Amino acid sequence: MGTTEFSVREPTAKEPTATEPTATELAGLYERMLLIRRTEERLSADSAAGKLPGAVHLYIGEEAVAVGVCAHLGDRDYVTSTHRGHGHYLAKGGDLRAMMAEIWGKREGICRGMGGSMHVADLSKGILGANGIVGAGLAIATGAAFGARLDGSGHVAVCFFGDGAANQGVLMETLNVSTLWQLPVIFVCENNMFSEFTPSHEVTAGRIADRARAFAMPTHEVDGNDVVAVWQAAGQAVERGRAGGGPSFIEARTYRIQGHFEAERFVLAGGRYREDAEIAEWRARDPLERLRARLMSSGELGPDTLGALDAQALQRVDDAAAFAEAGQPADPDLALTLMFAGAGE
Amino acid sequence: MARRRLIEAVNDALVEEMERDPKVVIYGEDVELSIVGDMRGLHDRFGHDRIRNTPICEATLTGMAVGLASAGYRPVLHMMFSNFIYTGMDAIANQMAKLRLMTGGQLELPITVIAGYGGGAANAAQHSDSGYPMLMNLGGINVLTPSTAADAKGLLKTAIRGRNPSFFLEPSGRGGDQGEVPDGEHLIPLGTASVRRTGDDVTLVAIGRMVRPALAAADALAEQGIGIEVIDPRTLVPFDATTLLASVAKTGRLVVVDEARECCSAASQIAALVAEHGFDSLRAPIQRVTTPNVAMPYAPNAEARIIPGEARIKAAVLAVVPGKSGAGAVRATATPRPGGA
Ligand SMILES: Cc1ncc(C[n+]2csc(CCOP(=O)(O)OP(=O)(O)O)c2C)c(N)n1
Repeated sequence: MGTTEFSVREPTAKEPTATEPTATELAGLYERMLLIRRTEERLSADSAAGKLPGAVHLYIGEEAVAVGVCAHLGDRDYVTSTHRGHGHYLAKGGDLRAMMAEIWGKREGICRGMGGSMHVADLSKGILGANGIVGAGLAIATGAAFGARLDGSGHVAVCFFGDGAANQGVLMETLNVSTLWQLPVIFVCENNMFSEFTPSHEVTAGRIADRARAFAMPTHEVDGNDVVAVWQAAGQAVERGRAGGGPSFIEARTYRIQGHFEAERFVLAGGRYREDAEIAEWRARDPLERLRARLMSSGELGPDTLGALDAQALQRVDDAAAFAEAGQPADPDLALTLMFAGAGE
Repeated sequence: MARRRLIEAVNDALVEEMERDPKVVIYGEDVELSIVGDMRGLHDRFGHDRIRNTPICEATLTGMAVGLASAGYRPVLHMMFSNFIYTGMDAIANQMAKLRLMTGGQLELPITVIAGYGGGAANAAQHSDSGYPMLMNLGGINVLTPSTAADAKGLLKTAIRGRNPSFFLEPSGRGGDQGEVPDGEHLIPLGTASVRRTGDDVTLVAIGRMVRPALAAADALAEQGIGIEVIDPRTLVPFDATTLLASVAKTGRLVVVDEARECCSAASQIAALVAEHGFDSLRAPIQRVTTPNVAMPYAPNAEARIIPGEARIKAAVLAVVPGKSGAGAVRATATPRPGGA
């Protein structure tokens, strides 16, 4: 095939098709979304109470995206995340206690208190890290996918990024190289309608998904508050990536219910960038409530089971918060010893 | 005189310069709502053509500043945290800093870039750098590090009216610091240091965010009879070597406090200047008090361990003053040092 081997994407023999989640799978999605929701609610309260050293950017209202995608991934698949990364970390199986301790700046934290909320990472779970630099995950995921392709392992890399990040030039660059080299990377744009305090439409031209279509990349536009829709699109994208079918793009439309970060009202000083009515409208489309309603009405899970799941999630969060609070302060000398890994062989 | 917060003084400077020159145009990510406060009210007052929000695309924003300036405007680009200068670095290093010379002097680039820098707020490694040494190294870029409301106003106005690219670096966490600002037109020429306190025993140079702990250390040591002269360079490029060398000629001792990482820090450059041009006056080794060459950790106790503070500044001063540290002039291990590989 010579030099054109990777340059044009031929449709793979079998394009993956969407399947329906089983009742067990649905319950799993619900459980994971619930855990993220309760965790973020606790962090919101702890932030307001002044217990957390740094700022937190919360994922409330967007849980269906991370959970619908990560349900298809194993520990050896990679994800890159954003400054709003707790949901991705938990959806990918990161340890809750260790994340909480990290956000509290404790020695027991997943990054030993060196990274904090914006940098939670668990390499043992393929979580390459939340990231404070908007758009940075795009190239990192593409590189990880290059590795997976070289390995021939069938593993994939998922890049979660925001609509704001979609305006970094690196998106064009990674769409290009991943298409050219047919890398198993899945670009998941979480379009939550805001870049900090700027409405997306004021800074984003055209449809974000069209940027991928320009490369003839398989593209899915989904309701990001419908976990089943996300799950179906991601299932196809992951299958495609594992089978050597190259990159995929998912644009999930969702909404950030909380502020850009907790305590934003202090810096906004009365300035407004969205209407309460809009927030209320999106609360009515709450992805967790929608899944719950679906489970109830189909009879797949009864009120008792759902109640038990609720209690269980709360209990896990309480436990993790208590663990974090009781943790030891970070070792202050780590900054001096952790910069280098030591000499190579 | 009027009492203003530092961030209000920046705002005043922007209002005055936008009123004065219709070619002054501000843009950047989220400048319209201005969460830092420096741009507050400008959008209502001057409208969308004079100040506007941009997409997140620093590589383009810095390149656009070059183009906008080439087209006869005076762009003021707000880059929020100084770490995001890195994502916009190519046009800064390869274009902004170089095109004047490369075009044989045809081009003038009156660009002002504003960004906050520094740690201490548990913002972690990607939001806490003090990256100005990188800018100092480029040549062709003025580097401004005001520490008071009056200096912030005077330097920013000078930068906006200037003929060259200038980075106006705001000390993070110091926006609320109040100070007296002269009434009327207040301009400070670049390259003029401010002697913030006089003394005969030690010259203490403090940059930007470090001025506050340096003054606190100097006040505390004054009670032990040590006279410390605190010099705030105000601009790192251009640099006022005259004021510094005159002070060192008097005191014979130099301590430099700089929040930037030690290796090739501004402190290193200042120490080298004095070693070259003031060696004969020196009566003790020069001390640098800097952040070690590490990424900023998140946990507040770890951050406090590595950011220079009053205690480390005092220790460095005591190390060069005979009889005060016990054994006479000794070398202070003022900056903790990481290993390497
Ligand atoms: C390179 C870079 N530029 C700017 C910022 C400041 N910043 C942090 S979050 C953010 C908005 C990101 O919007 P989006 O990608 O849509 O993610 P969301 O916050 O909506 O989840 C900005 C501008 C940053 N962290 N990194």
